[in-house]
Amino acid sequence: MKRLFAFSGRTMKEILRDPLTMGFGLGFPVLLLLLLSLIQANIPVDMFELTHLTPGITVFGLSFMTLFSAQLISKDRGSSLLTRLYTTPLKATDFILGYFLPVLPLCLAQSVICYIVALILGMQFSINIIWAILMVLVPSFFYVALGLLCGSALTEKQVGGICGALLTNFSAWLSGIWFDIDMLGKGIKTFANALPFIHAVELERAVVRGDFSAILPHLWWVLGYAVVLTVIAVFVFLRQMKRQ
Amino acid sequence: MKNAIEIKGLTKDYKDIRAVDNLDLEIREGELFSLLGVNGAGKTTTIKMLCCITTPTSGDALLNGKSIARNAEEVKKIIAVSPQETAVASNLSVEENLFLMCGVHGFDKEKARQKTAEMIEEFKLDRIRSKKASKLSGGWQRRLSIAMALISEPQILFLDEPTLGLDVIARSELWDSIRELKGKVTIILTTHYMEEAEELSDRIGVMRDGRLLAVGTAAELKELTGEDKFENAFIKLVKTTGKGGER
Repeated sequence: MKRLFAFSGRTMKEILRDPLTMGFGLGFPVLLLLLLSLIQANIPVDMFELTHLTPGITVFGLSFMTLFSAQLISKDRGSSLLTRLYTTPLKATDFILGYFLPVLPLCLAQSVICYIVALILGMQFSINIIWAILMVLVPSFFYVALGLLCGSALTEKQVGGICGALLTNFSAWLSGIWFDIDMLGKGIKTFANALPFIHAVELERAVVRGDFSAILPHLWWVLGYAVVLTVIAVFVFLRQMKRQ
Repeated sequence: MKNAIEIKGLTKDYKDIRAVDNLDLEIREGELFSLLGVNGAGKTTTIKMLCCITTPTSGDALLNGKSIARNAEEVKKIIAVSPQETAVASNLSVEENLFLMCGVHGFDKEKARQKTAEMIEEFKLDRIRSKKASKLSGGWQRRLSIAMALISEPQILFLDEPTLGLDVIARSELWDSIRELKGKVTIILTTHYMEEAEELSDRIGVMRDGRLLAVGTAAELKELTGEDKFENAFIKLVKTTGKGGER
C-alpha cells in the first residue's frame, strides 16, 4: 500500500501542478456555465436552465480529466522515469491504480466547483445535488479509463489530438448538453445513443431531477463502457509495460 | 572476492535481430565495471535484461545469487538504475523526488526522512532541495537522478551513460560522486566516453554486435592491442576483432 500511495501521490501532484489543469479542468467548465447562464438570462432557453445545464457541464468537464491523465501517462512513457520505476518493486497493479485512483477525487472536485458556481448563479439547492456529485463517479470511471487507454497506446502528441480535440468534441456535440440531439437527424441520434456521452449526461440530469427511475438504462450504458474500457486499458498498459 | 553478477549465455532476439548474443561475464562485488561499444553494440539491452525490464530470449544472470529469469521481484529489491536520459519527476521538487523513491521502495516515513537527508547531504543538493526538477540544469538533474537511484541502498547500481550531454565541469563533479561510490556498491556503467571508462573503471568490457569482444583493465586492453592510448585500443578492438583479427 505504501508503494501505491507514493506513486499515486506523485500522479496527483503532477496533474495539479500543471497550470493547464487548473485553467481548462476547472476554469473552462465554470466559464461555460457563466456564459450560457448569461445567454439564458437574456434569451431564456429551456436547455440552459441551471438544473438542466449543470449536470451536462460536469460531465463535459470530465473529458479534460481524460486529457490530463492520458498526457501524464504518455509523457511518462516517453521519458526515462517510467523505465526507472519499472526496475523498482512497484507492481503492475500499483502502476494502474496509481494512475487511475488520484484522478477520481479531481473529478469529484471539478463537479463540486461546478455545482457551487451554479448555486451562486441561482440554482436551487436540493439533496439531489449531493447524489449527483457522488454519481459523477460513474462517468468519471469511464473517462479515467479512457485516459489510461489513450495514455498507454498513444504518444504525447497523439494524445493532444485525440483526447484534446476529438474527445472533447464528441463529448460536446454528441451528449445533448447544449442542444437537443434530435436536431442532428436520425442517423446522428442513433450514433450518439450508441456512445456513452449522452447517457452520462442523462444519468446526471435524472439524479438532479430526483427522477431515480430514469437512471436506467443510462447507468448500464456508462458502466458497461467503463468496464469494457478499463479491461482494454489494463491489457494495453500491461502490454506496453512488457514491451518496454 | 565474491561475484556480484554472473551472466551465463544471455541472449536477446528482436524479430530477426540478435541484440545480445550468448553473453558470459562475471562482475565482482564492489567493482566498477564499464561496458563500452558503439551504438547498437548491445550495451543498453544487456542493462535492460539485468534490470528485469526486458526478458532474455535465453540464458540467465544471477545478481547476488538471484536469477533475473526466475526471480525478478527479488532482483528489483537489490538493484537501482540511473537511466540514459534524466529520469526525474519534472513537477516534483528535488526533495519530493527523493521521497518518491523512498515510497516506491516501501520505506516508512522516518526512514524516508533520514535517507532523503543523507542523499541531500551526500550529493550537495541542499541549496536546491525545494526547486522543481524541471528547473534544474542538466548536471543537477543527472546528480539528482543518481541520488534517486542510490536512496534505496542498492547492492548493484546501473549507470547508463550518466554524463551524456554534460559540460566538462558537471561531468567532473559527477565523476567525483561516482568515485566516492566505488567499493561500496557494485556499479555497471555504460558510456561512449573513453576517458570516462578509463578514469573510473576497475575493468572494462568492449561489446560489438551483441558480443563481448574483450574484458580487462584499461591497461590490459591497451597491452592486448599494443596501443598507448585507450581510445586507440578500443577502436582497434572494435574494428579488427572478429573481422579477421579474432582475439
